[in-house]
Amino acid sequence: MTRYLIPLGVFAVIALLLALGIHQAPRKDLVPSPLIGKPAPSFSLPSLANPRKLVTSAQLRGHWYLFNVWGTWCISCRMEEPELLAIAHTGRVPLIGLDWKDTRSVALAYLHEQGDPYRKIAFDPGGLAAIQWGVYGAPETFLVNPQGIIVYKYIGPITPGAWTRDFLPRLPAAAHAVAGS
Amino acid sequence: MIPELGNFALILALLLAAVQAFFGIAGPALGRERWIAAVTPAVAGQFVMVATSMGCLVASFVANDFSVLYVAHNSNSALPLFYRIAGVWGAHSGSLLLWIFLLNCWTVAAAFGTARLPREFSARVMGVLGTVSLGFLLYTVITSDPFLRVIPPWPDGAGLNPILQDPGLAIHPPMLYTGYVGLSVAFAFAGAALLEGKLDREWARWARPWTTAAWAFLTCGIALGSWWAYYTLGWGGFWFWDPVENASFMPWLMATALIHSLAVTEKRGLFKSWTLLLAVLAFSLSLVGTFLVRSGVLISVHSFVASPGRGEFLLTFLIIMIGAALALYAWRAPMLKSESGFELTARESFLLFNNILLVTACGTVFAGEIAPIVSLALGLGKLSVGPPYFDPTFLMSMLPLLALLPLGIHARWKRGGLGGRGRILLIALAAAAVIGCAVAFGVFTGAGVLSPVGMTLGAWIIISSLIEPIDRLRRRISMSRSVLGMTIAHIGLGIFVFAITAVQAFTAEQDVALRSGMIARDGGYTFQFQGTEAVHGPNYGGVKARIIVTRNGKPVTVMYPAKRTYWVQHIVTTHSAIFINDGSNILVALGQDLGNGRWSFRLQVRPLVLYIWIAALIMAGGGLLALTDKRYRIEPSSAEEAAKALSAGGRTP
Repeated sequence: MTRYLIPLGVFAVIALLLALGIHQAPRKDLVPSPLIGKPAPSFSLPSLANPRKLVTSAQLRGHWYLFNVWGTWCISCRMEEPELLAIAHTGRVPLIGLDWKDTRSVALAYLHEQGDPYRKIAFDPGGLAAIQWGVYGAPETFLVNPQGIIVYKYIGPITPGAWTRDFLPRLPAAAHAVAGS
Repeated sequence: MIPELGNFALILALLLAAVQAFFGIAGPALGRERWIAAVTPAVAGQFVMVATSMGCLVASFVANDFSVLYVAHNSNSALPLFYRIAGVWGAHSGSLLLWIFLLNCWTVAAAFGTARLPREFSARVMGVLGTVSLGFLLYTVITSDPFLRVIPPWPDGAGLNPILQDPGLAIHPPMLYTGYVGLSVAFAFAGAALLEGKLDREWARWARPWTTAAWAFLTCGIALGSWWAYYTLGWGGFWFWDPVENASFMPWLMATALIHSLAVTEKRGLFKSWTLLLAVLAFSLSLVGTFLVRSGVLISVHSFVASPGRGEFLLTFLIIMIGAALALYAWRAPMLKSESGFELTARESFLLFNNILLVTACGTVFAGEIAPIVSLALGLGKLSVGPPYFDPTFLMSMLPLLALLPLGIHARWKRGGLGGRGRILLIALAAAAVIGCAVAFGVFTGAGVLSPVGMTLGAWIIISSLIEPIDRLRRRISMSRSVLGMTIAHIGLGIFVFAITAVQAFTAEQDVALRSGMIARDGGYTFQFQGTEAVHGPNYGGVKARIIVTRNGKPVTVMYPAKRTYWVQHIVTTHSAIFINDGSNILVALGQDLGNGRWSFRLQVRPLVLYIWIAALIMAGGGLLALTDKRYRIEPSSAEEAAKALSAGGRTP
């Protein structure tokens, strides 16, 4: 008889976890990622443009940067693209891309056509680096400080409002942000 | 005025849904004839109100009423009429309204379809459907009213994102939702059986066509979505194990299992409680899909911007709905007795394997989907799961499923054995292996380990599905539409496996820079660039190139890849040219202007890729054919005929 209760029991556990998940997760678009305040995961990946070159977390130490996870297959990323170009244009903070679960030639063609907002792009076709960063769905954007600590994480396409409300106040005055590259 | 009317109609629909839910469930439970009689008018009334509301939103879009916030956000006066209408489901609130509208369409269809069934049963089905509708209407009215006004009105709308301006995307959500929502009818049938505490083989016969119809729409919806992703999102692929894709795929896997388990319940009176559980789970997964997509827990390809409160509401609704169904199941299912047993090699066993493997596949997808949320809930941090997890785990349950299919369709019911078909199936397997290896190593080059296996399995499924129809044709025995439909759907699956293997293993692609008159070669074709020209559209401008394609010196086609610039949003989109030749898909995408008349192009030849979607349509077509079988037509009961005769007799003087 009790076996007929199994589905209900399993569902109760899943529902509880979902409830906890939604309770802990998004107040709107801010995710209190456990990574915030922690060092950014270290990585060493081939560059999208040149497979023989590497993009590593060590190269990025000492500067503020935005770490943006994207893919050409992701509609929200395409929606976000104009805003990323605008952010790159302000020169306040360099954008580092993580091209996630993508095809190299498609991604390069896409950047040619739409414009390239990134200073550097790490290529992660298998999605393993994204797992380290705790990425769930693209686009996700992390703000990392010169000590390599994740200061802020934003899920979903960045809007002009999100840029001025959530990112700008966390950045230091303009002069320090772009020092060197 | 029109938006207020729409809002008012929506609130009236909410009240009528409550009436339908209450009388539909309480009427039969308490044996109140009058309560049962109130159900049908409530169904009709709710449909009229929801249709009015939907009509009002469409009218606001068509009339460019930018005083309605939702219209202002998702439309623009420069938008062609077709996309103004498609803008209705371009974002969250309108999609919900579309969902509710489709649920009402299914409910009305089910009301007609169950009119000749016992009145209590029909009322219970309507009652369960009314409960689902009530939940969604509450959700829409409280958290996501699409008719909210904005003062002052916007001078013009923000426009629909150009990526969404595509015929494929315009019809993809209605199609997918029709499938999602259609599973609510199977769920309502299961709910009615559980409320009644009774389930016989007749019940399965009633439930089958509804399940098959929903499954066919879901198949088309997923195929359209994947086609659209393939064609709009940069020709890179057609399936990404994206959370939203998974959300539609899980109910599909469950519905597929349900169709097969219903067959056993109808033919043999077995698997009763299992069938009910599958019906509950299939619809629950489409609700969970809605939850995952819309709560903001996940943000991904098609999800809409999250808003606080919505997630909590949906979760509460989900828990009440699914929790109640599963509690009812735990209470009632032990009362359902199987009518007989079966041998290990009987068709029942194969269908049981089918169910176990499909549910396992669904479980692995679900685990991958939910793992990140669970790890967040337990404070383990955000975790993500990608193709390195999904590809092998999914394949692990699919390979045995495909290998067992040809045996299963020839195994006999109850006593088991292949009924003398063993030898011909072995010959079919040998022929399939020859075809598979010949195609993998002969036609294409660079085959891996899995490509001959995949092609052999695909060919084996197709050939073994043909044995029965050929045999019947030779012996001049007719075939019922349901068997024919099943055969067609299985052949579709075989083609699908064959095609997806070819695409995964043998795609050729390259980037080239060409000056007018120059030639490039790719995948056995020759491409000649013949210059560019300007194009003008209603809300965009752009440029297109002319490419002449030949194969072995013979002309194949002329292709025009293009780029468009949308004026309102200043967004450039690429429209690659697609051509199908011998089942291969040739793509040419226009890249950058390199100056001096030189342009960059991407050339790609994907063998048999179109057959992936053709196969999906064949599967759906098989399903639709099966549900027109005579067996599923419910004849008028003798009492009803007598009543008709009496009233006819009364009128004659």
